[in-house]
Amino acid sequence: MGLRSFFDRIEPDFVKGGKYERFFPIYEMVESFLFTPKTVTTAAPHARSYVDMKRIMTYVVIATVPCILFGLYNTGLQTNMAIQQHGAEGWRAAIVEFLGVGFNPDNPLANMFHGLLYFLPIYLVTLAAGGAWEVLFATVRRHEVNEGFLVTSMLYTLILPASTPLWQVALGISFGVVIGKEVFGGTGKNFLNPALVGRAFLYFAYPAQMSGDTIWTPVDGFSGATALSVTASEGVAALPSYGITWWDAFIGTIQGSMGETSTVACLIGLAFLLTTRIANYRMVVGCLAGMIGFSWLLNMIGSDTNPAFATPWYWHLVIGGYAFGLVFMVTEPVSGSHTNLGRYIYGALIGFMVVMIRVLNPAFPEGMMLAILFGNVFAPLIDYFVVQANIRRRARRNA
Amino acid sequence: MAQTYRNMLVDPMVDNNPITLQVLGICSALAVTSSLQVAFVMAIAVTLVTGFSSMFISVIRSQIPGSIRIIVQMIIIASLVIVVDQVLKAYAYEISKTLSVFVGLIITNCIVMGRAEAFAMKNPPFESFIDGVGNGLGYGLILMLVGFIRELFGSGSLFGFTILETVNNGGWYVPNGLLLLPPSAFFVIGLLIWAFRTWKPGQVEAREYRIRAVEAH
Repeated sequence: MGLRSFFDRIEPDFVKGGKYERFFPIYEMVESFLFTPKTVTTAAPHARSYVDMKRIMTYVVIATVPCILFGLYNTGLQTNMAIQQHGAEGWRAAIVEFLGVGFNPDNPLANMFHGLLYFLPIYLVTLAAGGAWEVLFATVRRHEVNEGFLVTSMLYTLILPASTPLWQVALGISFGVVIGKEVFGGTGKNFLNPALVGRAFLYFAYPAQMSGDTIWTPVDGFSGATALSVTASEGVAALPSYGITWWDAFIGTIQGSMGETSTVACLIGLAFLLTTRIANYRMVVGCLAGMIGFSWLLNMIGSDTNPAFATPWYWHLVIGGYAFGLVFMVTEPVSGSHTNLGRYIYGALIGFMVVMIRVLNPAFPEGMMLAILFGNVFAPLIDYFVVQANIRRRARRNA
Repeated sequence: MAQTYRNMLVDPMVDNNPITLQVLGICSALAVTSSLQVAFVMAIAVTLVTGFSSMFISVIRSQIPGSIRIIVQMIIIASLVIVVDQVLKAYAYEISKTLSVFVGLIITNCIVMGRAEAFAMKNPPFESFIDGVGNGLGYGLILMLVGFIRELFGSGSLFGFTILETVNNGGWYVPNGLLLLPPSAFFVIGLLIWAFRTWKPGQVEAREYRIRAVEAH
């Protein structure tokens, strides 16, 4: 008996009037995860497109694959390098030793395996905790669980440090899903990016582990400064003395959150999203222009007391979460602007704010998360002014 | 009298709560709820000021000319707030320092003004007093609830006594720093309003618009 006929057989129990009517959202979730959704538009206009929400969300998850793979490798690499100096302990090390994989940082497969041991628990906890909230709200509010959560949970996992305690992971995604999305009505009605809301919650709630001042390699007794805090305190010229060259940062073999260190992996994702036209290029252009323009302006102004002024734009691009945020979060269609002109402005605002927070605000070394949330909040306002300007222009023309 | 005294006292606690239903006095609710002790003192101060200002305003309500009534009300409220402020400075200096400007700002607390305008100007003194105290207690109730959540999870203690031993002191609880920041009160009050309106669906406001159903052609 095929899977399809199994679903056809149990469907009557879940639709209105069936035994398990209350659990329809769960049935619908599993069914539409496995098959193309059957729902079709009943009212005009009938635009035919194969790009439905399921496809968009799936494509975004596919686009994160380079980041995931590189994140696995880099997490393992950084951990194994630290283990060479400090020794190994904990259950992950026990598993690695049991299987005889070893802690050799020169062996890519050993690195990926060790990285997986960090990535997988965090990802599974995210899916379980966030998924439980999604299903709860879907059942009570009678809307559907959709693939958007797969994107949220993947992005959320990738922007967490590997050393995050699992209970914090669960708390953060709960806050992100409930406060960031469900209280506003669920997918498509959230004006903030749920993954970032969860991350921001952890950032402010547990600043000791989360703020990005010190590096996150999960080995006890290992600490140091991140590329961002070195830039903020000593300037970008000091980075090579910490063993970080521009190419390291571009390829991504530096300390940082699990999936966001590699600019090149993010750019592969960006190429995929732009080719499939899931991401709107206007937001990307705006965000790059805002960042390059403002960092160039600060380079020109210069400062004797704040070495971060001298950070050139190509360094801003590769350190911290800029590239990851640019590719996967600025381009998120729901929480961004919806008018074409507004998208340029929205992107530019975020690009400007990133440099602003990184360089001029001494409290926060990283600004991408806050800048994107700031942009999210302003997106409807930007749209409003763009639409009003258009109405005024047309009224004048036809007066 | 349509309302009994008991109703006037109890009504503002849940059914007509100044914070969760009328959404007044939010500013001070954000600022003074990071610890229960401070929230408690603030609740008492606001209750006394609302009660007595309503009473005094009600006593002279027929003598107040309509065109300058706000100024007269403000003078009465401000005098009472100054008394409260001085008492706090004399007997509870530490708390008064923590409350800082927010004691003085009781003058501008919308709840005090609101009760004076809406109730005390039209009702006899004793009823006004009860109404003022009731609203002050309704405000205080929410303040204490928010303060309870924020202090318990933000610093692991209640009224300064340790309940959850924090990691820094050798315990197990990792305090949630977000709850010590004023914006967290927005989340807590928002969730409280959600809970209140789920409990009493009558408090849910009617939609200002209706989403039209899609018409099939």
